[in-house]
Amino acid sequence: MTSARRGGNPARPGLAGLAGLLLIVELLPRLRLVNDRFLPPTSRIAAALADEVSTSTFWHSLGETLYAWAIGLVVAVVAGVLAGLVIGSVPLLRALTASTVEFLRPIPSVALIPLAVLLYGTQLGSTLLLVCYAAFWQVLVQVLYGVADVDPVAEETARSFRFSAWGRVRHVLWPTALPYVFTGFRLAASVALVLTVTAELVIGAPGLGKEIATAQNSDAVATMYALIVVTGALGVVINLLTRTGERRLLAWHQSVRGEVTV
Amino acid sequence: MDVLKKIGSAVALPVLLFAGWFLLSDGSASFYAPPLRQILTAFADTWQPERLRADVAPSLLRLLAGFLVAALIGVGLGVAVGLNRRLRAVLEPVLEFFRAIPPPVLVPVIMLFAGIGDGMKVIVIVFGCVWPILLNTVEGVRAVDSVVLDTARAYGVTGPARLTRVILPSASPQIAAGLRQALSIAIILMVISEMFASSNGLGFAVVQFQRSFAIPEMWSGIILLGLLGFALSLVFRLAERWALRWYEGLRATRRRAG
Repeated sequence: MTSARRGGNPARPGLAGLAGLLLIVELLPRLRLVNDRFLPPTSRIAAALADEVSTSTFWHSLGETLYAWAIGLVVAVVAGVLAGLVIGSVPLLRALTASTVEFLRPIPSVALIPLAVLLYGTQLGSTLLLVCYAAFWQVLVQVLYGVADVDPVAEETARSFRFSAWGRVRHVLWPTALPYVFTGFRLAASVALVLTVTAELVIGAPGLGKEIATAQNSDAVATMYALIVVTGALGVVINLLTRTGERRLLAWHQSVRGEVTV
Repeated sequence: MDVLKKIGSAVALPVLLFAGWFLLSDGSASFYAPPLRQILTAFADTWQPERLRADVAPSLLRLLAGFLVAALIGVGLGVAVGLNRRLRAVLEPVLEFFRAIPPPVLVPVIMLFAGIGDGMKVIVIVFGCVWPILLNTVEGVRAVDSVVLDTARAYGVTGPARLTRVILPSASPQIAAGLRQALSIAIILMVISEMFASSNGLGFAVVQFQRSFAIPEMWSGIILLGLLGFALSLVFRLAERWALRWYEGLRATRRRAG
């Protein structure tokens, strides 16, 4: 998928596409095709964005969102990797937990919203509960795939050379599972953002999502759009960073497996 | 014997967890974590047939409608974008941006346009689900083996046959991955859109229980949502396995050969 992007100058038509989108959003309300109370023109959204960016509330909310996202993600990744390595490397545990994982994973994390509200109200804890729950499974499942992917010959060779249990984890298991860990991390990072913003929006925990809800309630439609654009941009940045990070850190590893499609 | 062992290991932990929850919570005086016995009673009392018809059926119908519309739009547009190189280059960043927006923030936007009726909820689901389907279809169509394409052309397979016999089947594993992703987004959006503004539906009912501090009923709603999520993903997986059985077989042979 990268070779096609590298050929020619791939950025220019893409920029044209983005410019086209901005132009359409500017023209639709101006030509009265859409009521401008529902969709304000690009210029007004941009003005609202500029207004927002100059307030300290905005930066504070952005900070709150990123903080909740980062903590939730770190907790989920650490827990997911540890649980994945332990469960994955003990066949008995794996057989015992398989059905439970398969059952718990598809439970929509938003089902936990009422519980989070009761337990933590509109505090950070509510957001973290949802974020950790949703992101944990992404990591766990990928790590389980990764551990299952260990080459039996390498594993048996390590055993013949009397690697200690730790040595086998460090030199055989971990390098094999690493690309899967990264895939899990990338998936978890975007899921965590979705759940952070959702929790803020629905529960009212502090952050960008809450600001969107406030803008909606006070009929500040342009501000609402501006904030939504910010969450989208945040998502794009997180995607780019995790993808580039993955490619850089696993440059030595890329050839080992094809891109996991999820 | 092997089958028995498999069933045993699949059932052991859930049974253990369930029994543990039941026994440990039995004497629970905590307001928020009532005994499981009480939750189960509440489950049986709450989710009676008329309640299922009034709250669960509308939720599921909206989910299904939104998902199907999103699948049609996503695959349709995805094939068009995937086959046209210039269109793809122009649209890619825009699509990536739309996919990166956390879908639940669309709820307030779509409420502006469509009010708070069924239409709003279906549109929210469509809008949230369409991006993973669309982008995966684009990727799938793009990755169609060029030898296969050339062979098809050499044999004069053109027009609709080229689409239904060559392109869609080759892209279908990717499309299925997109649909699977979209399904879990659809469930999330179904619940969220009902929590926001609704007078019926599963999400609405659960929030209503929480606000009126009907804790065992709330737990029963959470369990029902969990069961629903599990059941939907199971149905999807079975459907996927049936539709892509040729692909699983192909992959298994390749793995054995490789």
